[in-house]
Amino acid sequence: MTPAPAGTEASRRPSPHGHRKPRARRLHQLNWVGGSLGWIWLIVVMLPIYWVVITSFKTQANYFITNPLKPPTEFTFENYQVVIESNFALYFMNSVFVTAGAVIPATLISFMAAYAIVRGVGSRFLKLANGVFLMGLAIPLQAVIIPVYLIIIRLQMYDTLGAIILPSIAFAIPLSVLVLSNFIRDVPKELFESMRMDGATEWGTMWRLAFPLVRPALVTVVIYNAVGIWNGFLLPLILTEGTEQSTIPLALATFSSEFGVNVPAVAASVTLTTVPIVLLYAIGRRQLVSGLTAGFGR
Amino acid sequence: MTMLAPPAARVQEPTRSGGGRGGSVVWMVLPAFGMFVFFGIIPLLGVLALSFTTWNGYNEIVPSGLDSWRAALTDPGLPNSLWVTFLIMALSWLVQTPLSILLGTFMARQSRYRGFLAVFYFIPLLLSSAAIAITYKALLDPNFGLGAGLGIDALNQDWLGQANLAIGVLIFVVSWQYIPFHSLIYQGAVRQIPKSMYEASQIDGAGRVRQFFSITLPQIKFTIITSSTLMVVGSLTFFDLIYVLTAGGPGDATRALALQMYRLGFQADLMGPASAIAVILVLVGLGLSLLLRRIGGRADDSQMEGA
Repeated sequence: MTPAPAGTEASRRPSPHGHRKPRARRLHQLNWVGGSLGWIWLIVVMLPIYWVVITSFKTQANYFITNPLKPPTEFTFENYQVVIESNFALYFMNSVFVTAGAVIPATLISFMAAYAIVRGVGSRFLKLANGVFLMGLAIPLQAVIIPVYLIIIRLQMYDTLGAIILPSIAFAIPLSVLVLSNFIRDVPKELFESMRMDGATEWGTMWRLAFPLVRPALVTVVIYNAVGIWNGFLLPLILTEGTEQSTIPLALATFSSEFGVNVPAVAASVTLTTVPIVLLYAIGRRQLVSGLTAGFGR
Repeated sequence: MTMLAPPAARVQEPTRSGGGRGGSVVWMVLPAFGMFVFFGIIPLLGVLALSFTTWNGYNEIVPSGLDSWRAALTDPGLPNSLWVTFLIMALSWLVQTPLSILLGTFMARQSRYRGFLAVFYFIPLLLSSAAIAITYKALLDPNFGLGAGLGIDALNQDWLGQANLAIGVLIFVVSWQYIPFHSLIYQGAVRQIPKSMYEASQIDGAGRVRQFFSITLPQIKFTIITSSTLMVVGSLTFFDLIYVLTAGGPGDATRALALQMYRLGFQADLMGPASAIAVILVLVGLGLSLLLRRIGGRADDSQMEGA
């Protein structure tokens, strides 16, 4: 369970902060319990992250003699070198391939399904499909992993990246359809009508009208799914041998037992695998905000 | 990891009906529908079917009636894993809920540093459970971790080597990972409370604490149900974190249901009994979300939007 709030948080913030009535501000002052908890929680959250980052730049010898919470006295990149030499590039590319290969199709077919569900009111089949997706929200991947494993074996896909991709797509669908259909429903009906007057087909309307209009929601869905799939552990664990076709989270677990007492190398592997997803969030967040502003500026 | 939403999170049927020319769009749902049926619905039925068979994961699947159920239910590991699952569920709920509500209320206020803090709160949500587990494992190591490095005896325990401590660590790490998510849900809910309610109560002389208990808490009642459902049902599926952090140990102290299932199915090659446990997992999850929905009185759709 990860970051749905990426979109939630940003989309609920239409006005820049600081834009507040003074009275409201006075009302909200003095909550020192919440305030101090807020700062304490910042420390709780950041302490392990800080520790991992500084430790990853310490030499192993340096690690044992320095205060664990102080930055390294000798700064080194050798831990990163150790990690990269442990076939890191392969696992990294596997993760990129699995994430892109699952997120892009999942988002596109979910968008099509959401469009159909919103536009095809009255169709019995669409009602059924919607019901299935909603029920799907409650099906945990863990509970169905054994039959998924059986299906993958029968498809002769065991120990391939495709084995991770296909179930990842399927399990990204329910929530994506829910979020996207909520957004498509907010598109004014008149816009669809005028497209129809202009002789556009539903297919054309979907891509030229609905797709650009729900872009912020698409970004949310892409980030949410990308984080979930990038971090996925169960599917690679069950559906691959965990060697050539391994993805980053599984490789991390292997690194950590391989490197054992080489704590700085473990820290470097954690840091290195986390950077891409933090970057994606940083980029997506900006795009998300600009998508929203574009919507309001019209 | 899969995010579980409760069945309570229904989407409302579309009220506007004009404009839809049913037939021409129906086919667009097929790729997603087919994909989900194939890898979601069929496996759900499949796991029930497999629980009545004997299969070691590679040979023939042989129907065997209730044998697998009998094996799963008489396995002494089952009561333990149910208990561990319940313990993790209850304790992590107890720790996460008050903290998430307080943090969410705190973050709901618009102020200069709130946005700054929220950016950092968000980070744990981006990390994989594997990375988090590895970090804490290294951090808590009795020989090479923080406690040893700082020389503080109270911190220098065999955190993952003693049953009670290991459960405690697990609850802490779960809270560290998921409190940000739940406080964001509460933040959204608190922001939806009309300002006028606070203004009115202030005129009546209510203080901040009083306002929190008589306005904020009752107003976010349905969010509490939604968030609790996500927490409780989500805790049934903790796998990655426990697998990497403790592997269910020490002994079987942290072997929750999902780990018991993995152990039976993929380590002991007993796919039948493992499927039975998976069925139990689904039923417990379903039962709990229905129960919470009953407690909540009604399902609140709007609270789930976009989450």
